[in-house]
Amino acid sequence: MKKLVILGAGSAGTMMANHLAKTLPKSDWAITIIDQYENHYYQPGFLFIPFGTYKEKDVVKPKRKFIPKSVEFILAQVSKIMPEKNMLELKGGQTINYDILVLATGTKIDPSELPGAQEGWHKDIFDFYTLEGAVALHQRLQSWKGGKLVVHIQEMPIKCPVAPLEFSFLMDSWLRKKGLRDQTELIYVTPLSGAFTKPTCSVALTHLLTEKDIKLVPDFGTERVDSTAKKLHSFDEIEVPYDLLVTIPTNKGDEVIGRSGLGDDLNFIPTNKHTLQSNAFPNIFALGDATNVPASKAGSVAHFQAEILTENILHFIKGQPLKPDFDGHANCFIESGNGKALLIDFNYTTEPGFGTFPFPALGPMQLLKETRLNHWGKLMFKWIYWYMLLKARPIPFITAKMSLMGKKTAKEAKK
Amino acid sequence: MSTKNIAGKTIEVNEEGYLLNMADWTKEIALELAKEINLPPLTDKHWQVIDYLRKNQAEGVALSLRKVGNSGIVDVKELYALFPGGPLKKSALVAGIPKPASCV
Repeated sequence: MKKLVILGAGSAGTMMANHLAKTLPKSDWAITIIDQYENHYYQPGFLFIPFGTYKEKDVVKPKRKFIPKSVEFILAQVSKIMPEKNMLELKGGQTINYDILVLATGTKIDPSELPGAQEGWHKDIFDFYTLEGAVALHQRLQSWKGGKLVVHIQEMPIKCPVAPLEFSFLMDSWLRKKGLRDQTELIYVTPLSGAFTKPTCSVALTHLLTEKDIKLVPDFGTERVDSTAKKLHSFDEIEVPYDLLVTIPTNKGDEVIGRSGLGDDLNFIPTNKHTLQSNAFPNIFALGDATNVPASKAGSVAHFQAEILTENILHFIKGQPLKPDFDGHANCFIESGNGKALLIDFNYTTEPGFGTFPFPALGPMQLLKETRLNHWGKLMFKWIYWYMLLKARPIPFITAKMSLMGKKTAKEAKK
Repeated sequence: MSTKNIAGKTIEVNEEGYLLNMADWTKEIALELAKEINLPPLTDKHWQVIDYLRKNQAEGVALSLRKVGNSGIVDVKELYALFPGGPLKKSALVAGIPKPASCV
């Protein structure tokens, strides 16, 4: 009996467990999935918690519920991976051997990378990338009377790079509803040169910031925060004062990757961006937020990767060459406030443009345009996530490789 | 894409002025490019950063502010002082390598 071990039972790991349980012959392969936490979080839902749209119960379910019965689930912390021995060690000393290892260890924020933040953490400085952060921010907003509200990205790459923008748009919407918008100055501080990384998209989103009177502070290299004076300081001596700071601290891969010498300087795993095989060990594969591939760190990416990686693992087992099929495909809803959202679809080489999705001309979704239907799409996605995506049930008409049909570039759209 | 005459050579650059072929680069070109973007006169530290960037780029290492800050040559604060107003973008331009795409 051969053994395949998946490390991490978040979105990516759970999807892999479901794919592999269906594809690997049970007579030859035993599948084990290991995670240190009991609960699965619907992370895209954290965004809505500060505004009271979702509560904690909407975003938490037990991990076991989504793991197939034929897969062994071990609830334990992994202290070290020893790739030369094809072995990993659990906290407490128990060892587990593997023939194939799939790393789906994710990414998380590391507020200790923002000097000075500790003193004001969850007092005037909040995150919404953790459940605790989102809940604490919700409480803080109940007593908000106005002032400078700063949304801040410390360093790229971050999980879901559109989330800070969505947060700002929803914040604007929420403040208007509460009658607090005139008293609140909304400021968006980013290390990027514009609102977003991809040029066409950046223009559209920067326009939305302007329209909503959100001030953009670009090219901001954060050195530290002064929690007493309530100011962000950049390396080139620019100061941004705040009354409430909502920060996205440096994102890092899991410590076990660092401890095992498998990561780069942010603990992300150097991975072939087309085959998803580790650059260092042929029997180790990685997907989702844990890798260093230059795709968005987002659930949709993990979903597309999981399909391709499953095929590649089958190729690897049969001794066949791996298929370089992952094209960086990402598909994201962007909440823009007031019950509307945009939708973007892009990959390594094609930046998000205008058009319709998933069907050419018919849509019904409009790409890179604010519509109510896109917003309903985003809300409906929670159901799709829990009941289809994690279970690796195919989503109709949406393929792992991006389709160019029905898409227009910015130039074509102007015609 | 366009061509550019600089320091007695004709080179190919992209729309933002970044060299298309890092092999076209010479120290003379670097000096001219530095002038064009109004950098202070290049010091030993500047050249060490430029060498580091070119070496890592040639090896296919993805470059980021953090990476250069951990290089042992300069910390991030010093890098900002050497290449004011966008240290990675500017140092990459002068080093004749593509604009680092550390962000997706």
